[in-house]
Amino acid sequence: MLDTLLPILIAGALALAVVGAWRRVRLWRQGRPAPVSLLKGLAAIPRRYLVDLHHVVARDKMISNTHVATAGGFVAAAVLMVLVHGLGLAEGILGWVLLAASATMFAGSCFVARRRRNPPARLSKGPWMRLPKSLMAFSLSTFAITLPAVGLLPEDFGSWILALVLSAVLVWGLGEMFFGMTWGGPMKHAFAGALHLAFHRRPDRFSTKEGGEGRSTGLKALNLDDHEAPLGVETPSDFTWNQLLGFDACVQCGRCEAVCPAFAAGQPLNPKKLIQDMVVGMAGGSDAEYAGSPYPGKPVGEHEGSADGPIVARQGKALVDADTLWSCTTCRACVEECPMMIEHVDAIVDMRRFMTLEHGNTPNKGAEVLDNLIATDNPGGFDPGARMHWAADLALPLMADRGEAEVLLWLGDGAYDMRNQRTLRSLVKVLRAADVDFAVLGDEERDSGDVARRLGDEATFQSLAKRNIATLSKYRFKRIVTCDPHSFHVLGNEYGELGGEYEVRHHSTFIAELYDAGKLAFAPWKGGRVTYHDPCYLGRYNGEFEAPRNVLKALGIEVAEMERSGFRSRCCGGGGGAAITDVPGKQRIPDMRMGDVGETGADMVAVGCPQCTAMLEGVVDSTAEVRDIAELVANALVEAPASAGDRSQAQGPQAVEVS
Amino acid sequence: MPPDIQAPKRRASTTPVLDVVALVSVGRHPVTGRGRRADLDARGVELALSLPEAQTRLVHAGRYDADSEQALRGYLGMGFKDLTLLEQPAGSDVSVALGEALEDWGPQLVIAGERAEQGEGSGMLAYLLAERLGWPLVQGLAAIEEVSQGVATVLQALPRGQRRRLKVRLPAIVTVDSAAPAARQSAFGPARRGECQSLTVDACKDEALSSWTMQPARKRPKRLKIVKAASARDRFKAAAAKAEGGGGQVLSDVTPDEGAEAIYKLLKDEGVLR
Ligand code: SF4
Ligand code: SF4
Repeated sequence: MLDTLLPILIAGALALAVVGAWRRVRLWRQGRPAPVSLLKGLAAIPRRYLVDLHHVVARDKMISNTHVATAGGFVAAAVLMVLVHGLGLAEGILGWVLLAASATMFAGSCFVARRRRNPPARLSKGPWMRLPKSLMAFSLSTFAITLPAVGLLPEDFGSWILALVLSAVLVWGLGEMFFGMTWGGPMKHAFAGALHLAFHRRPDRFSTKEGGEGRSTGLKALNLDDHEAPLGVETPSDFTWNQLLGFDACVQCGRCEAVCPAFAAGQPLNPKKLIQDMVVGMAGGSDAEYAGSPYPGKPVGEHEGSADGPIVARQGKALVDADTLWSCTTCRACVEECPMMIEHVDAIVDMRRFMTLEHGNTPNKGAEVLDNLIATDNPGGFDPGARMHWAADLALPLMADRGEAEVLLWLGDGAYDMRNQRTLRSLVKVLRAADVDFAVLGDEERDSGDVARRLGDEATFQSLAKRNIATLSKYRFKRIVTCDPHSFHVLGNEYGELGGEYEVRHHSTFIAELYDAGKLAFAPWKGGRVTYHDPCYLGRYNGEFEAPRNVLKALGIEVAEMERSGFRSRCCGGGGGAAITDVPGKQRIPDMRMGDVGETGADMVAVGCPQCTAMLEGVVDSTAEVRDIAELVANALVEAPASAGDRSQAQGPQAVEVS
Repeated sequence: MPPDIQAPKRRASTTPVLDVVALVSVGRHPVTGRGRRADLDARGVELALSLPEAQTRLVHAGRYDADSEQALRGYLGMGFKDLTLLEQPAGSDVSVALGEALEDWGPQLVIAGERAEQGEGSGMLAYLLAERLGWPLVQGLAAIEEVSQGVATVLQALPRGQRRRLKVRLPAIVTVDSAAPAARQSAFGPARRGECQSLTVDACKDEALSSWTMQPARKRPKRLKIVKAASARDRFKAAAAKAEGGGGQVLSDVTPDEGAEAIYKLLKDEGVLR
């Protein structure tokens, strides 16, 4: 009986899956067009899965092994099942392999079940709780029906009742795995996830065989010349189709939720819920079915939307509230952690763009800051002619006088801030000590446009960027050095699309290079315990984790690392205009970060960003002092020994570490 | 969130629509001198937008070039489809063209900032218009509380945060004080889409202006206010005080003739009328 039933069941499940897939694709196609290369993308799936995705999943060894067993077992079992039971090719080795595959999958699903017994808060419940049982149903029944096929059991083993029970279990398993995959069950992540890898909006973020950097963090420019092009995202269908596809790939693992500083601070944002809301909007409906942690302070079930309905209502409620979107610090912790390679920050900024450019609804101090940027080219509304007042006594060489220099020192808006001026003065001292040929733009410099862009004001960003690019094009320099990671990121990663390609270095990188070249010498460190805070825009955005640590090491400081450091560093709360929009929460992000600092027992935290300095220094009753790396270096400077040569040659082994 | 004022809806026929004209000028940023929406005019537009039954027309009379367009678009970005432009060559007396246009349209309420941020900036325009149209004028508003049955209830800003509630029969002209709520953000999308519709009007040369010589204002040293205050409260009062006239009297319950007599006498005493 099973012999006749099995091919029908399998064929039926496959047919339903195809219909479901077609429906799912139609949902994604509601989005705006985005060019992708079809074949190249599909061909890239295996590598992107095995290398890039696995790189993220493998941060949790247990889960990665579980997933390898379950998913690998399933893919193999599914293919073989079609061959063996669907087409009746049981002879030879195929049946045995199928047995092995389904056994592996079963082993994997046991681990999935174990994890679901006391699931951490970040995991979604609901339909996800039945997934381990479904996986077991599929693997067990596949195993059982294959036993007769390989001759381990007689063909007519058991009664028709057993066959019936087995078929029922199999139908359940097939239903979840094939039908659910494309009709919106938990297994949807496999279908959408694979295609998302193929047609990802940022193909550059994947590594290549040639060893590409595999990083793509700059926001994509809006086309402002085309007056018909929408300004940002108003409705779910305003996303590009591959963004929608990406949202659909979410496995609701909640890794993003666990690392999100805004969520931890009790601000009304949860990146996982946000992505799920986009899925709800794409298909139309309410968020009542969502079975994970809500946005803090916002009960589930009160919001709804549709593909062509507004995401944020001007009045009342729609799919998402505005304060959810304005809570994000654009720290990219969620993106870094997401195994499905979903781009939360892109989506958030897309929606912010619409709110700012069309609604004129940038909250709190946002509108004032943007007005200042438009009228004075700096967020504080200061006189552009006062930009260099802090350096009145330093006689800094101006590009306007020199025309060229090896290094263009980009000051950033910190030039107006008394705290950051100390950092800048230190940096100048260091550059002079190392005899660096540098010059500044002086009053010709403008805000880089970082804040305007993260607040969604693409128009002001592009206006600032284009004028900066025009200014920079007047001069000749080898590289730009800046102590502001935000300027670093914007100049290095976002001006390119507008026609400005530069080699940009963070000051820590540059100081490390100077030290390696033997141009700097330091007195031994006499202070206390020091920890280091990775700025998001230096670390996750630009992959620079080593240079600041190398500089600290050169200073004789042994960094007492915080639990969340490096690519997992926790945001200071100052990025993405979050300090300007200032959405209230239960606690403040910088307070939490200073708490992290306190846990290391350090009495000083080294930073490399004016924004982090401001945020962390603003913490009351903190146990640690905040110092920029440039200040530490400037304080430790001693006359470089005349004999000092290139350290990378003089001290072989060290060169390996610091390179 | 502000209501969607992209398309001002005509209310159900029971609530009559209030025809409002907001006069807007090209402003000048105090630090950089860049063109922008003039702060007080923008506050005036904000007041107009806060009136639920108002249908507001933005009107600018003056020069029209790339710079002024950029600044005027700032007002469109507050959510308007278009702006009416009475194009005037430099050195014209715009009060004439505006007066004619207002006579033509017959709006019920005209809102303007108290004074412009550049040009003469004398704050006289509203008075000239009121004189020409024969309408009442209320100066220095902080809010328009209500408009019903042809009467507007307004709050006038007085020194030290004081307010005076006034009723004024429409049509009327009002000017806006910096105590009025700040203007909403100007959004790029509507600003770019909005249209500046030019009306051809006659220009009238400002004869007086052409005989004046203009020079940039010099920063003058400020006379130090010596505050002999005993308490913090007095010091605060002195710091927050706006310029005040010393004398003055409040006349109430007098006939128009008596009132006019009193004003006439005051003007004579002050040497305004000779
Ligand atoms: S968005 Fe990514 S990290 Fe967050 S729950 Fe979904 S799959 Fe997990
Ligand atoms: S970028 Fe940072 S703040 Fe924004 S959602 Fe992701 S983790 Fe949260």
